[in-house]
Amino acid sequence: MSDDVLRPMEEREAAAKLTGAWHEGEGILAWLSATGHKTTGRRFVLTSFGFFIAAGVLAVLMRLQLAVPENDLIGPDLYNQIFSVHGTAMMFLFAVPVMQGVAIYLVPLMVGAREIAFPRLAAFALWMLLFGGLLLFVSLLLDMGAEAGWFAYVPLSGPEYSPGKRSDVYAQTITFSEISAIAAAVCLITTILKMRAPGMSLNRMPLFVWASLVTAFMILFAMPSVMMASTFLIMDRLIGTHFFNPAEGGDPLLWQHLFWFFGHPEVYIIFIPALGMVSHIVEAFARRPVFGYVPMVLSLAATAFLGFGLWVHHMFASNVPQLGASFFTAASMMIAIPSGIQIFCWLATLWDGRLVIRTPLLFVFGFIFTFVIGGMTGVMLAAVPLDLQVHDTYFVVAHFHYVLIGGAVLPLFGALYYWIPKVTGRMLDERLGQLNFWLMAIGVNLTFFPMHQLGLEGMTRRVYTYPPEMGWDRLNLIATVGGVLVALSVLLFLFNLLRSLSVGRLAGPDPWGSPGLEWATSSPPPEFNFALPPVVTGRSPLWEAGEEWPVVTGLKLDQREVLITSVLDAEPDHRTEFPEPSIWPFLAAIAVGLTFIGSIFTPWAVVAGSVPVAITLIGWFWPKPGEE
Amino acid sequence: MRPVAAVDVSRLPDHAFGHRSILWWGTLGFIATEGMAFAIAIAAYLYLRTRIPEWPPGVPPPDLAIGIANMAILILSAVPNYLTKRASEKEDLRQVRIWILVTLAFAIAFLVLRWFEFASLNVRWDLNAYGSIQWTLLGLHTVHLLTDVGDTAVLAVLMFTGPITGRRFVDVSENSFYWYFVIASWLPIYALIYWGPRVL
Repeated sequence: MSDDVLRPMEEREAAAKLTGAWHEGEGILAWLSATGHKTTGRRFVLTSFGFFIAAGVLAVLMRLQLAVPENDLIGPDLYNQIFSVHGTAMMFLFAVPVMQGVAIYLVPLMVGAREIAFPRLAAFALWMLLFGGLLLFVSLLLDMGAEAGWFAYVPLSGPEYSPGKRSDVYAQTITFSEISAIAAAVCLITTILKMRAPGMSLNRMPLFVWASLVTAFMILFAMPSVMMASTFLIMDRLIGTHFFNPAEGGDPLLWQHLFWFFGHPEVYIIFIPALGMVSHIVEAFARRPVFGYVPMVLSLAATAFLGFGLWVHHMFASNVPQLGASFFTAASMMIAIPSGIQIFCWLATLWDGRLVIRTPLLFVFGFIFTFVIGGMTGVMLAAVPLDLQVHDTYFVVAHFHYVLIGGAVLPLFGALYYWIPKVTGRMLDERLGQLNFWLMAIGVNLTFFPMHQLGLEGMTRRVYTYPPEMGWDRLNLIATVGGVLVALSVLLFLFNLLRSLSVGRLAGPDPWGSPGLEWATSSPPPEFNFALPPVVTGRSPLWEAGEEWPVVTGLKLDQREVLITSVLDAEPDHRTEFPEPSIWPFLAAIAVGLTFIGSIFTPWAVVAGSVPVAITLIGWFWPKPGEE
Repeated sequence: MRPVAAVDVSRLPDHAFGHRSILWWGTLGFIATEGMAFAIAIAAYLYLRTRIPEWPPGVPPPDLAIGIANMAILILSAVPNYLTKRASEKEDLRQVRIWILVTLAFAIAFLVLRWFEFASLNVRWDLNAYGSIQWTLLGLHTVHLLTDVGDTAVLAVLMFTGPITGRRFVDVSENSFYWYFVIASWLPIYALIYWGPRVL
């Protein structure tokens, strides 16, 4: 073995050559052409975080409007647009893409790969997300914002009750974001199945990678439903089809089925990556591998399958048959089982570990507390009689904010505190981080807990104001105070982040003493991730490493060459050269984007747009000159 | 920790076909999601069928002749498609050039007849929900057809202009894989569009 030991010289030489092959270049053109997964992942997270803040501002506006009865800060028409854009942006432009962005950044590092599969497609996904989000928010500024809620029920969103372009903007925002999500999902699935480091068999894969894989498959099977639904909607509105028009044989309930067949899995598409993040944080700060790896993985998969069998529980207030309702009640309650298994596995890990309490772990505690409350009201809502009683009230608003903020936003912030040092190379401030946590945790509970009571007292969703004699004013005021606290906590996070960029302590490769491969390279990682790609012999490589660190040799250093491995056992299979950065994904996204936006105004935009779309796609796939 | 060379990959091939290649997985991913889109559209058809007592509602069912002729063309195109795929996996450039052009000819013929299929539906999309779903099913399949015809045409050009690399043959092979999906997805949709109004 001794002659296989690599000298430090060799590693440095390799890194120098690899930098030549993988460098993304400088200048505006190179900036728009960048396709590296770390660039794309970082931009994905920043873009979706930007939409999170914009939608958060809308949330604060709503809370200000509702703080006192008969407030005239915001009128009903604008209020409709504000809550619709808030929900649409949070679900389609923040929650799903932010998780995908984290995965685009981290998954190749976690599996020991140099790059994500199809990096140009991932870059295209980014631009589609950006353009879709801009469409939604610019339209709001032009008084053309979505106005029929994030699930845009027909006939409210149909041609009769939503004249003008507002609901068309909604429908095309959906199309943008779903194309983005599907493209990113294809990249992630392929990376995870075919580009893992030698030795990383499926049963050694990090749990966040498992979560990303499961989520990506859910995206492939859930998103087409809402894309068909939004296409039917826009066709009903623009070219006179009758999918949802009962006068000509259509049915508004078709929209509800199609929407919720996507919409319920959507919740788990948001939630499952967060579960993966939690497992990593718990493991790192309990200083031991996660308890129950196999039940954890099986629970993720079980949640995904069950998530497709729940959609009708959003429709208990429609005319679904009673037997069907019972089936969906049972399925809705059943999904508590895999969630419960995971909670207990984390508790077992924490119980057996030597806890190091840092900001990321605090967010995990906040997640467990908040999510369990949301989960319990979820089990309540699964019961048809209770659901009918509180349908469309603030009880439901409280429930899903507990689930989504508790289940996704708190883990996400924990994950940001945990992984940002890898991305920027600098630590966030711990004291500010803990303050950030307490502000957010208290703010969230203060905002949404009173809403349970408001819902039980009969306050319906989406009302822009209420008369004083309803007695809802005090709880609403408390909720508004909570909302302001949440906003402050997000500002504090931004301050902490910006501050760390200049004065944050240098992180080094592995600041938390974590076990995963992403911590085996420098922070921030080089453009090629690993000068010497790792070989894996267990589930916690850095904790199990002895004197020797096994690596892959023989990949070309002067080209963008990556190793492709087998699906189950990650045995080396072949090498392949990856494409250079390219401007074409950006141009293709512009062509597709203009086509979609044009289609809001005339169906002929689809015909006219097909020409630039075809040109840009051909440019994308055309081999670069000089390729042999 | 000292890095130790544990796995030498320098002798591995620089491309591979079928499920060994990442392109196959990417294609399969899109096939899965597009297959799901077809499944959703089919579900919408069957759902709307339960909402309308008479099917087709007050219009004649689609004419069969062009649909049947086109179906025959599409199924026959599987033969040159198979030969293209086989030649690409043998990296036999001459054979690929021949068969990809033949496949393309079949695809274009299919596309031309597709134009007349829309006319043979005997209903407009804006007449009623039946017309809407008929047009949408046919349109959805046509979009897939158009993209794959475009893809095949670009690859055919590249097969003549070069540069010819091993990975280009993988592209051809995976493009043929996708064409099978275009054929297979047409079978249930054909049945619904042409026979649904007669049988359901």
